[in-house]
Amino acid sequence: MATTSFTKKMLGLHTVKPDVPSPLGNGKPGFAKKLKLAPSKSKRKDIPEGLWTKCGKCGTMVFDKEWDENLKVCPYCQYHSPIGARERIHSLVETCTFEEMDAGMTSVDMLEFTGVASYKSKLEDYQKSTGLKDAVVTGICRMGEHRAGLGVMDFSFLGGSMGSVVGEKLTRLIERATEKELPLIIVSTSGGARMYEGMFSLMQMAKTCAALAYHAKARLPYISVLTHPTTAGVMASYASVGDLILAEPGAMIGFAGPRVIKDTTQAELPPGFQTAEFLLDRGLIDAIIPRKELKSRLIEYLGFLTVGRVRAPLPAPE
Amino acid sequence: MRHQLDFEKPIAELQAKLDELKKHPDTHSLGISFEEEVATIARKLEETKRQVFSNLTPWDKIKIARHPKRPFTLDYIQSAFTGFSELHGDRLFAEDRAIVGGFACLGPHKVIVIGTQKGRDTKENIMRNFGSAHPEGYRKALRLMKLADKFGLPIITLVDTAGAYPGIGAEERHIAEAIAVNLREMTLLEVPVIAAVIGEGGSGGALGIGVADRVLILENAYYSVISPEGCAAILWKDRAAAPKAAEALKITARHLLELGLVDEVIPEPLGGAHTDQETTIRALQQCLLKHLDALVRIPVAERLRQRYAKFRAFGHYHEEEAALAGNKSIQPQVKT
Repeated sequence: MATTSFTKKMLGLHTVKPDVPSPLGNGKPGFAKKLKLAPSKSKRKDIPEGLWTKCGKCGTMVFDKEWDENLKVCPYCQYHSPIGARERIHSLVETCTFEEMDAGMTSVDMLEFTGVASYKSKLEDYQKSTGLKDAVVTGICRMGEHRAGLGVMDFSFLGGSMGSVVGEKLTRLIERATEKELPLIIVSTSGGARMYEGMFSLMQMAKTCAALAYHAKARLPYISVLTHPTTAGVMASYASVGDLILAEPGAMIGFAGPRVIKDTTQAELPPGFQTAEFLLDRGLIDAIIPRKELKSRLIEYLGFLTVGRVRAPLPAPE
Repeated sequence: MRHQLDFEKPIAELQAKLDELKKHPDTHSLGISFEEEVATIARKLEETKRQVFSNLTPWDKIKIARHPKRPFTLDYIQSAFTGFSELHGDRLFAEDRAIVGGFACLGPHKVIVIGTQKGRDTKENIMRNFGSAHPEGYRKALRLMKLADKFGLPIITLVDTAGAYPGIGAEERHIAEAIAVNLREMTLLEVPVIAAVIGEGGSGGALGIGVADRVLILENAYYSVISPEGCAAILWKDRAAAPKAAEALKITARHLLELGLVDEVIPEPLGGAHTDQETTIRALQQCLLKHLDALVRIPVAERLRQRYAKFRAFGHYHEEEAALAGNKSIQPQVKT
């Protein structure tokens, strides 16, 4: 296992020279530089890069420092802008306690998928643009007083799609958690299975759920956190089988995409369809937790779920 | 001929010629006898069939897999099994007729058989929702599987669905959760489980009843993470590119066997299952029996271990040397 502690560079917190020259100071130091958080695809329309971020929902300009301190949640409308896996981990774990697993695992184009663009070139592009190896980061961490397995997906890598690497890394994490008798937290965000890997990607659904079956059988807690968006193959596997299912406000969560549903049924979709709030009303989600409270709530839940645990685990299969 | 596939045209023409000749024996060509001409055409027909069917593209096979005259789940249940006694409902919300299930006998074995069921005509298709189940279908399937597990009955599932139903009600009642729970629970079933893809193996909707000790597939069936049309729409921005997507996704029975994703391909009669239902049903029956006979002999713990290992092994990835070396030591380095 590779042990990783966070450095500013890994988190993308190091100073990056903006692509656009600052209109304020003609590249004068101080103004032109900004602290930029990890690779993000947040849209910044018509704004000079540097000091302000425009909320993706209400359009209010938010001072970057405040935006970052608020974990990219708009302080005015509470819109939860997507954040990357590393930022999320940083926001959840105790400093320097995240021991990353399988950091060097990368996808292989075993089908030699030839679409419009080859899978191989896609992978290279995304590795370059996101600084990630694939769409999930896994490891063992400490959260409050709890040691726990933590897997966090990143939507910016190929839409958070689940291929062999996502499936394998999560399965190893789950197996490690079972072996070490640790609770497990998976923060999901995904468009679904990665079709470039064909049936291998579908099988990751069965693989991760099989590992979770033995984790559950050992009476170890698993908390699934759904963030925007979590759909399709990921929603139809590990994301849906938590002892607790939590969600971020406003997250889009579902099985089929809204366009597919509309095309198939020719019906108007109800307001708020497939949002976290909609699904809480319909009984799927235990609680909707704002991003800034997530860590404290997870610690609180783990406190309940690890009380007086009956230890009668079956030996895990090899 | 209704439901004729484009590549079946030369076969159909020869067949029509042969039928015509047999109907009017005196119309045979000059110079050769009636019997000789029949034999010649029959030989040519056989050759053409062989030629056409050995050169099918993945897209052709998908057309066969979706053929409305192909045997469906209930055809197999009625002919390959005996004494089918259907059980209904998920005990939560409704009876979903897109998935059928119940008691049946397969040879000497009393089993629970479950499968997605398509309809043959519009009326039946409306009742069966075109073989696309709602959450209730998956929850009924799980209820029956738990019943089987409790009372020691092996489980056979027959998969033939374009996918789980993408509808408003399905989302409101959490179809993703229904499938996910099945994936988890099927891992722990202590009875033997065999899944056979008999037509369409459409994504999560197929896998939702597809976690098994043995996964079998008929020669012209397919099993895919996404429909070729859906994949084409996303990657090629054009549903008409489905034949290309079908090729790229490697979803035919032969491809899946080569990739190690299925355990056995069950051959269909020349011309496809839709031209000879009886032979196809016998072939599936024999294959199911063979595997079930083998599976019941394996002790429970070993069978569970094998089932886990089977799904555990799926996937291809690359690991950096350093990471590999690091992985061997479970103890993480302690940061000071």
